[in-house]
Amino acid sequence: MLAGQAMLAATTFSAGLVVAIAAGLYLRARPLILRQPVLKLLLGESWIPSQGQFGLKPFIIGTVWVTAIAVVIAVPLCLLTAVFLAEYAPPRLRAVAKPLIDLLAGIPSVVYGVWGVLVVVPFVADKLGPFAVAHFKSIPYLSTEYSAGYSVLAGGIVLAIMVFPVIISVSDEVLRAVPSEFREAALALGATRFETICKVVIRRARAGLVAAVALGVSRALGETMAVLMVAGNVATAPKSVFDAGYPLPALIANNYGEVMSIPMYDSALLGSAFVLLIMVLVFNLIARAVFLRALHGEHI
Amino acid sequence: MKRRITEYIFVAIAATATAVVAASLIAILWSVAAKGLPSLKWSMLTQVPKGGYYLGGGGGIANAIVGSIYLGLGATALALLVSLPTCLYLRVYLGRNPLAALVRLSLEVLWGVPSIVFGAFGFTIMVFLGLRASLLAGIITVALFELPIMIRAMDEVVKMVPAELEEAAHALGATRFETATRVVLRQALPGLVTGLLLAFGRGIGDAASVLFTAGFTDNIPHSLSDPAATLPLSIFFQLGTPFEEVHRRAYASALILTILVLLASALARILAARFAKHTWR
Repeated sequence: MLAGQAMLAATTFSAGLVVAIAAGLYLRARPLILRQPVLKLLLGESWIPSQGQFGLKPFIIGTVWVTAIAVVIAVPLCLLTAVFLAEYAPPRLRAVAKPLIDLLAGIPSVVYGVWGVLVVVPFVADKLGPFAVAHFKSIPYLSTEYSAGYSVLAGGIVLAIMVFPVIISVSDEVLRAVPSEFREAALALGATRFETICKVVIRRARAGLVAAVALGVSRALGETMAVLMVAGNVATAPKSVFDAGYPLPALIANNYGEVMSIPMYDSALLGSAFVLLIMVLVFNLIARAVFLRALHGEHI
Repeated sequence: MKRRITEYIFVAIAATATAVVAASLIAILWSVAAKGLPSLKWSMLTQVPKGGYYLGGGGGIANAIVGSIYLGLGATALALLVSLPTCLYLRVYLGRNPLAALVRLSLEVLWGVPSIVFGAFGFTIMVFLGLRASLLAGIITVALFELPIMIRAMDEVVKMVPAELEEAAHALGATRFETATRVVLRQALPGLVTGLLLAFGRGIGDAASVLFTAGFTDNIPHSLSDPAATLPLSIFFQLGTPFEEVHRRAYASALILTILVLLASALARILAARFAKHTWR
């Protein structure tokens, strides 16, 4: 009986933690929210703590930029890879690839960051940047005059690679869970493997694939160290992928040290953590709604 | 004919995508090893930073290695204390109760909460409890961060335990607690160990959650109230200096951290395979 209650207590703790986190951060952010309207905090352009100006807009936009770039790079590559591994790859290749991908899922983000500084930043500065200067003059978001390499693009590339293992491993499992009778039926009707995959397997697995991508994106939204190290951290909203950006997590991580020296600064930083949490939660809600719709359509 | 060509083109694209993904992931391991190995010296593992270490002076990162291991072990133990009862409760006590779905939804959301948010929350608790940035505050924060990761991995295996086993235990007169601890727990052991080590690896590799709470020091912590250095932060700080020599040590430190995490991961696989022999299938 007692043991049951202790276990219930543990379960309640785990289940309630997310609410506790939101409440705790909100309470700490309240002094600032009471002093200035929430909209001013969310849409304010300038971040000058010493003058009491805490506008989060550039940081929210920075977060959206790096995440969006990561999604654009990672989602097609990951889905194709998962399809290849689940549907085409010989068993021997799978036997090597699966554990390798799981292993790579564990590489610490700071190591991705080190790699980003070593490889991605120079690649953007020396290869992609000059190429864009020469060829992408009139394309919005891609045109640039110069890039130092530390940019939202570098952040997005590093993030994309970080979420590869997450998206691939879940998508692969989802695709494998589609009963083979479905494939056999389609193939027996004369469909090619490609047609079977497009019209049968993916349609059947789409809810799971949505969930896989959502997991990857929520990982990307809050990733801190790797992005902090390569995104440049300039507090203006980027206009091109080659501009530096300053995502919310990087803002929080970079300024923790000075928290106690300026009034309202701690409120502002914990408030940004709260905003980041809400962004992740809202994204999760949307993803769940899409997931449920896709799940509903599966049985047709 | 046209359909055949489409098929070939698609296979080629999918195979290329797989190659790109594999190449980029292998490139990370490769460049960390290639950059880190030449600078890796025995003294880095055994010495704490001496005066002027971050300017290129002598010493090593033993402070961060030991700090990270203390922090990882403490946090993993603390997280296990909450996650294991949660998983067993979900399976044996709640079963098909709709409440279980609600709990799982909340945990899924928690899984997606960024580590920096855990860090900020840990800071809030720390201030609330009147703690200073210390090993203890770091352990609590990382334990919270590891909790959803551990539960997610463990719940997966606890869910898979065959219902017949549970029914058999009940039929023999076992209470729910006995069923949970003597039957379900034992059957799920291999997966539980994997979950444990997975969470340890994530905990030890995360920097954002300890940034606010564990502090940083050049000494090895001797008590829970001492501040503790961690490997990820040590790497970050070394890379932040303007000195080439210190950068090279950061690469070596990144290699050490990667090896630690991969070791935990490999150990998880070996232990899981070993324990799997004793389970009923």
